[in-house]
Amino acid sequence: MAPTPREEAFADSLIGRRVPKLDAPDKASGRTRYLHDINVPGQLHAKILRSTEVHARIVSIDVEAARRVPGVHAVITAADVPWQRPIGITKDHMPLKADVVRSRRDEIAAVAADTVEAAEEALRLIRVAYEPLPILTNSAQALGPGAPLLHGEDLRVPGRNGALEVVHKACSDNVSMAYEYGHGDVTQGERESAVVVEDVFWLHYVTHCCMGVSGVIAEFDASGNLLLYSNTQVPFLHKREFAELLGIDPGRIRIIQPPIGGGFGSKLDIYPFEPIAIFLAKMTRRPVKLLFTREEEFIASPTRQPVLLKLRSGCDREGRLTFRAVDTIHDNGAYTSWGATTPFVMMQTISSLYRVPHCHYRTRAVYTNNPYAGSFRGYGNLQATFAVEAHMDKLADALGMDALEFRLLNAQDPGESTPQGMHFRSCGFKECLGTAAERSDYEAKRRGNLEHWNDGNPIKRGIGMASMLHVGGGAKMYPSDGCGTIIKLDDFAKVTLITGASEIGQGSETVLALLVCEELGLPIDSVTVVNNDTAITPWDVGVHASRTTFIGGNSAIGAARKAKRKILETAAPKAGRTPDDLDLRGGHIVLKATGERIQEIGRFLRSLHFSEKAELVMTTYYYEPPSVHLDRNYKGDVSAAYAWATQVAEVEVDTDTGIVRLLKITAAHDVGRVLNRLGIEGQIEGGIVMGQGYALSEDLLVEDGMIRNPNFRDYKLVTAPEIPEMDVSFIETMDGEGPQGAKGVGEAPAICIAAAVANAIYNATGTRIYALPFTPEKVYRALRGANMPPKWPEDAA
Amino acid sequence: MSALIEIEFRLNGISRRVTVPLQMSALEMLRDMMGQHGTKYGCGEGECGACTISVDHRTVNSCLKFAVDCNGRDIQTIEGLAATPFGENLNRAMVEHGAVQCGFCTPGIMMQAQQVLTDNPDASPAQIQRGLEGNLCRCTGYRKILDAIEAVAHPSPAGD
Repeated sequence: MAPTPREEAFADSLIGRRVPKLDAPDKASGRTRYLHDINVPGQLHAKILRSTEVHARIVSIDVEAARRVPGVHAVITAADVPWQRPIGITKDHMPLKADVVRSRRDEIAAVAADTVEAAEEALRLIRVAYEPLPILTNSAQALGPGAPLLHGEDLRVPGRNGALEVVHKACSDNVSMAYEYGHGDVTQGERESAVVVEDVFWLHYVTHCCMGVSGVIAEFDASGNLLLYSNTQVPFLHKREFAELLGIDPGRIRIIQPPIGGGFGSKLDIYPFEPIAIFLAKMTRRPVKLLFTREEEFIASPTRQPVLLKLRSGCDREGRLTFRAVDTIHDNGAYTSWGATTPFVMMQTISSLYRVPHCHYRTRAVYTNNPYAGSFRGYGNLQATFAVEAHMDKLADALGMDALEFRLLNAQDPGESTPQGMHFRSCGFKECLGTAAERSDYEAKRRGNLEHWNDGNPIKRGIGMASMLHVGGGAKMYPSDGCGTIIKLDDFAKVTLITGASEIGQGSETVLALLVCEELGLPIDSVTVVNNDTAITPWDVGVHASRTTFIGGNSAIGAARKAKRKILETAAPKAGRTPDDLDLRGGHIVLKATGERIQEIGRFLRSLHFSEKAELVMTTYYYEPPSVHLDRNYKGDVSAAYAWATQVAEVEVDTDTGIVRLLKITAAHDVGRVLNRLGIEGQIEGGIVMGQGYALSEDLLVEDGMIRNPNFRDYKLVTAPEIPEMDVSFIETMDGEGPQGAKGVGEAPAICIAAAVANAIYNATGTRIYALPFTPEKVYRALRGANMPPKWPEDAA
Repeated sequence: MSALIEIEFRLNGISRRVTVPLQMSALEMLRDMMGQHGTKYGCGEGECGACTISVDHRTVNSCLKFAVDCNGRDIQTIEGLAATPFGENLNRAMVEHGAVQCGFCTPGIMMQAQQVLTDNPDASPAQIQRGLEGNLCRCTGYRKILDAIEAVAHPSPAGD
């Protein structure tokens, strides 16, 4: 049967289609200009001298020889910038260190020169004398008696009036940040338990490994306005922070974000190299470009938060969870960045992944002389989920209950609220569990594998399941969690979409363009996206918390609907119709009921523009999600929607060598709705493989505060031949607040891989390993009972 | 200042003459002296493949090759590949299969994909996977990259 005109007119919906990324053709032909490829006329090249000591007092710094190197314009130390102010979320970190270095990455001096070579030569000539201090590189020992205090004195800097002010108070116990959350009564929960399990888990150091190294270009104009070319994921927050740092008005700072070589959360904080480049630009009155080497990227970038975690949980005879109690020690490293705030996310998983009637959660983030931890895709959730899902298997096994049935019994339904205050308006948790189990034949394989534990074959198969809960509709951590959009249509129905939402490779500009085109009935190639210049784009809180599709998407839709409304309201009287009779489809104003074409949109826009009314179609919209801030007890509905996923891992374990091969991941994700199928598949596949690296191979080796493997030879990223077969299902729960029903998905796929792999290794071998990653050496030793399981320090209380 | 030496080679089909320091890498020469920014610095030690170029029709990590060793050679970079029919075809496949996210590894992967399919136009999925072993990608999980290259090797009859 031939489609009716209406069917034909409305068949061009872009939702759920495979829409290629708008920026991909340029990227694949080498045309895209990343920060690394930008050279500003007159620019100098900057390099940073870092500490060779892990913890030491700086006795002296001699830069005289360095200053004499031809081509060197400036050599600076803390003494040259007495007005510098601290960075980081607790303001405990001076960009250039004056008296004490607290980690191997610490910045002591910096050079700006005509060439990188001259800057490097100057660095080699700087002489620093140190007086070693006792080092603290074990987070468990940081809480013990007699531990050296790393920030034991007030940090004072000159204030605006020149007088010294305390910007970071002395820390008398090495605890940088502490969190405590509870609901119900865990003692009662324990009394009601038929089974109780307790374990200690160690979640290791990994780092982002963005393929493009960190960098910045800083330039002041003649009036003292600062222009930064930056890879930041949060340009509007940084604009304000840099202003504070420099004591200038935020309006005098403009941040341009060239295309970025990977983000993954690494660019949420300000790091010392950025203010240092600004200092050099200010002093030399020249544009200054600073790029890391790969080794520097490993040494001086943030890590994922390493966590020692003790989990105690229980369930009753019927298999209902009774309580969870968690205590963690977060290795903060030498300074405080976002890693210390991962408890915000971890406690959500502890309190609300499955129904937990009684819960207690405590974290202390402690200072050590190790690298400091930042934010990284998943934000604490990989660590929390690793422990929780190990216990879901252990509790089910202890009861003799099927592990899937046990999970389904405790999983939430749509409409439920958790004791922490999260309201699951859409919730596909049970569908995720059921779909992933069915598509992987989880139950039959899990039972079958047990029969091979003692069959003499050294090659074992295992299957393991894990689920996750994560914010999917932003996270109200700042005063606003919103995003602004400006839309303009030109005389030829070409759209300029100006959005605060940053593109970091994840495909936001394509999905936002798609949502706008869906409203305006225009083809995807009619959109130009402007998204990388704070002087042009409206405010957005930044790319984090899997929020861009949801928040930026709702904002884009809001602006597009206003544009559509204006077109329809203006067109309706001429067509002798009401605006509600009309729609925009296939580049035309059409009759909604029949799809009959009334006028081409471009022609209509010209007639509007060049008429007596002389109007253009330009709209603005600011979307603020209907979420709330957490209260002082960490309770509240912090996200406008929540994302769910279940992933099933199948592994092969060679018990003779300890080698674990990841064969297959069966993933089911509650994504609300698929907007760009190509983009969402890419996010999920990429996240799965990042999770695979976390589980099996990636391990930033930090010994006595030194990083032992700052290169891709010894830090093992997953390579193309190692990826598993991936079977991804989308559970479309059509979230009521989501853009076209969609929820955020960026972080979700990386979160439960390690947990699922741990359960799979247990299913293959009967051995549970409590520390990551599952390298051959660790697995080999564990299978022979030679692994020291992680221990909770007795004196940490 | 180290010694300078004049070299001559073909870059994407055009004869070029340039004076380079002895210790300069081919990567630095291409990026800093010849404006070929499509070739990326990822690690500087031959581990990531972002700087892959073709020298006399063999891919190498340009970060590990001295610029002076380009003398008399036939060099192709992503800019050259992108301008060939094969490069356009590969570009289209990478775009349509969603093989590009941040895109920083993509030029190197394009160069290596050309090598794999030139060596073996009928390469199997496993051979393509093995051929891409030296190119790291942090975004995509490789699946869509492999799909794109497989589609170039074995175009489906429907031409989708």
